[in-house]
Amino acid sequence: MTKRNILRVSDVTMQFGGVVAVNNLNLEVNKGEIIGLIGPNGAGKTTAFNVITGVYAPTNGAVSIDGQVVIENYPQGKMKALYKGQNAGKYADRRVLTPDKITKMGVARTFQNIRLFKGMSVMENVLVAMHTNLEAGVFSAAFRRNRKEEEKMHDEAMQLLRMFDLEKNKDDMSTSLPYGKQRHLEIARALATKPKLLLLDEPAAGMNPQESDELMHLVAKIRDDFDLSVLMIEHHMQVVMGICERIYVLDYGALIAEGNPQEIQNNPRVIEAYLGVDE
Amino acid sequence: MNKEISISKKQKTILSLFTCLVFLALVYVGDMLTPPTSSWGMLFTVLEKGSIYALVAVSMNLLNGFTGLFSLGQAGFMLIGGYTYAIFSIPAASRDSVYQYFDGGLIKFSIPEIFSNALGGVLGELGYSLGEFIGMFVPMIMAGLITAGLAFLIGIPVLRLKSDYLAIATLGFAEILRAFFQWKALGPITNGSNILRSFSTYSSPLFPIIISGLCIGFIVLLINSSYGRAFKAIRDDEIAAEAMGVNLFKHKQWSFVISSFFAGIGGALLAMFSSSITTTPFTSNLTYEILLIVVIGGIGSVTGSILGSFLFVACSEWWLRGLDSGAFLGLSFGFMRPGFRKVVFAVVIMIIVLFYSKGIMGTREFSWEGFLTFLKNLPGRLINFFKAFPKRLADFFRTLPAKIAGLPARMKNSLKKLKTNTKHGKEAR
Ligand SMILES: Nc1ncnc2c1ncn2[C@@H]1O[C@H](COP(=O)(O)OP(=O)(O)OP(=O)(O)O)[C@@H](O)[C@H]1O
Ligand SMILES: [Mg+2]
Repeated sequence: MTKRNILRVSDVTMQFGGVVAVNNLNLEVNKGEIIGLIGPNGAGKTTAFNVITGVYAPTNGAVSIDGQVVIENYPQGKMKALYKGQNAGKYADRRVLTPDKITKMGVARTFQNIRLFKGMSVMENVLVAMHTNLEAGVFSAAFRRNRKEEEKMHDEAMQLLRMFDLEKNKDDMSTSLPYGKQRHLEIARALATKPKLLLLDEPAAGMNPQESDELMHLVAKIRDDFDLSVLMIEHHMQVVMGICERIYVLDYGALIAEGNPQEIQNNPRVIEAYLGVDE
Repeated sequence: MNKEISISKKQKTILSLFTCLVFLALVYVGDMLTPPTSSWGMLFTVLEKGSIYALVAVSMNLLNGFTGLFSLGQAGFMLIGGYTYAIFSIPAASRDSVYQYFDGGLIKFSIPEIFSNALGGVLGELGYSLGEFIGMFVPMIMAGLITAGLAFLIGIPVLRLKSDYLAIATLGFAEILRAFFQWKALGPITNGSNILRSFSTYSSPLFPIIISGLCIGFIVLLINSSYGRAFKAIRDDEIAAEAMGVNLFKHKQWSFVISSFFAGIGGALLAMFSSSITTTPFTSNLTYEILLIVVIGGIGSVTGSILGSFLFVACSEWWLRGLDSGAFLGLSFGFMRPGFRKVVFAVVIMIIVLFYSKGIMGTREFSWEGFLTFLKNLPGRLINFFKAFPKRLADFFRTLPAKIAGLPARMKNSLKKLKTNTKHGKEAR
């Protein structure tokens, strides 16, 4: 039985000038899966996220969401001569979407270095993420003709905050929260966009083993409660090995391994890549 | 700890409405009772001009303080608004003398006049003035709409620029516009570099106050709506905002167009206030004045912009006038010659910007709770202040040399902060 495909990254290469940050990446996430993306520092994991979410247009390759090709590109202009990757002739279309469009299609993300809205309260941070699904226009919103909608947004935001144990902090400034709670708020904010796929960029960074353990359970719970798929970058191996069904390993931009936690742990190339750098 | 005062939402609404009505009634009665020769007449000038500046400052704050777009086109937009209003409101009979170098101009009608004649024909004497009054709103709204439409067109290329370039582009645009309006070929419409006058204008200071108040009210509603939150998200972090589904261009465009609409209305009110209009006052200086008001009041505070406007106008038009005429608070010196006011004003502003880099209000807003708590604690605070005053004074003079020595470094820091506050330079991660 094949599960519905939510994300497919095909032959994606992202080259900055002469630097190949992501090299011919192929990966897929199916409905309900929690997938890990790991690799040493500078391997290109965050860059892969930036391509999937439309921050960067890939130099070559395609990304499809829920079966629909939304991003596609091939080496053009001065990249034609500079291109060092593979599959150069395979793609012939140029299709780019801005990040907000990708989010609207159901892909939400968190950031490695927390990017909350500093001048806004905890509650407002979540409400902003709901704006993308707002139906009211500027004037009906300004004149509060959409009171029902606004109330519903507040209720849903409250529910999310409760789930992350943030309801007591709802009126606090987002930056006044302790570090761990800021990470939680980032996830709550991403969920407020109503995603089908959640991309988490090192959600447990800076957390102690107990906190990352809690986070692990939270991620599993989110997957079940919100009926979504998760692709997460994470350095804490206990988290990755604990909840990911499959894991992709990047090194120097290229995929060096793919498989379930057991296979990855015993893969000699992975061990080498990690021993060669750190951990 | 200070005890917080809390009042219900209903009480707040009643309190606000009541205060507004009392204020408007006072202005109305005061204006009626004040003889034209009284020096208190200045108070009403300040109220009128202050409220117009407040509207323009709040509209600029919507861009700079709430959407993080460092735009410097405000004077240009006011110019369009002012001219639009004037051009369509000069009575037909006056057009020959106003447009004397351009054969009475291209447009031969006045919208307020059309309304006036229409209503006057039905209702008689009262109808004429009522018709003119109602008719004034049409060119005024046109002023806003035309300005907004132009902003929309300019926004398409300009809003894709990074912050610094946006400032330069809008500033340049405003200057070009000024030259354009003086262009001889447009004379039949704009009267070239000659003055436009004799157009319909208001008679009571209540008019600009109420119009500005309503417009500011709308901006506040907008800021507190879901769209306002999206604007603030863009201000705080463009990349995160976009990742949360906020369409950057669309929202910047809304903010820019709405801000310009109200700058256009502000321009129309300013034309009415001066009963005439030329391109002369709409230089980048005007934009800087408005920017200064926004900074003094607090970038990101509507209350601050309003307070700042009245303070600014009161200082420049009224309180510091004595410095020019050689009599200020009973003092009189030889150097108090015309122009000295501006020197003092500049120094005051420098002090405010240097030592209150967040402005009077920061990003806070007026609230009844805050205001009442402030009043309640005021006596205690004053007592404490005076108790501690001698010590403070001594401290002040003791640390003064060190402070002066540290001034250059501090100035540098403030400028740096100002630059990062009107932020840019974010990297994608
Ligand atoms: N905008 C850019 N311009 C040029 N080079 C870039 C850009 N973004 C990323 N890179 C380069 O791409 C490579 C991969 O970076 P990336 O941030 O994706 O790594 P990462 O796997 O997320 O690492 P970490 O574990 O440290 O977060 C790095 O060498 C980085 O310098
Ligand atoms: Mg990274």
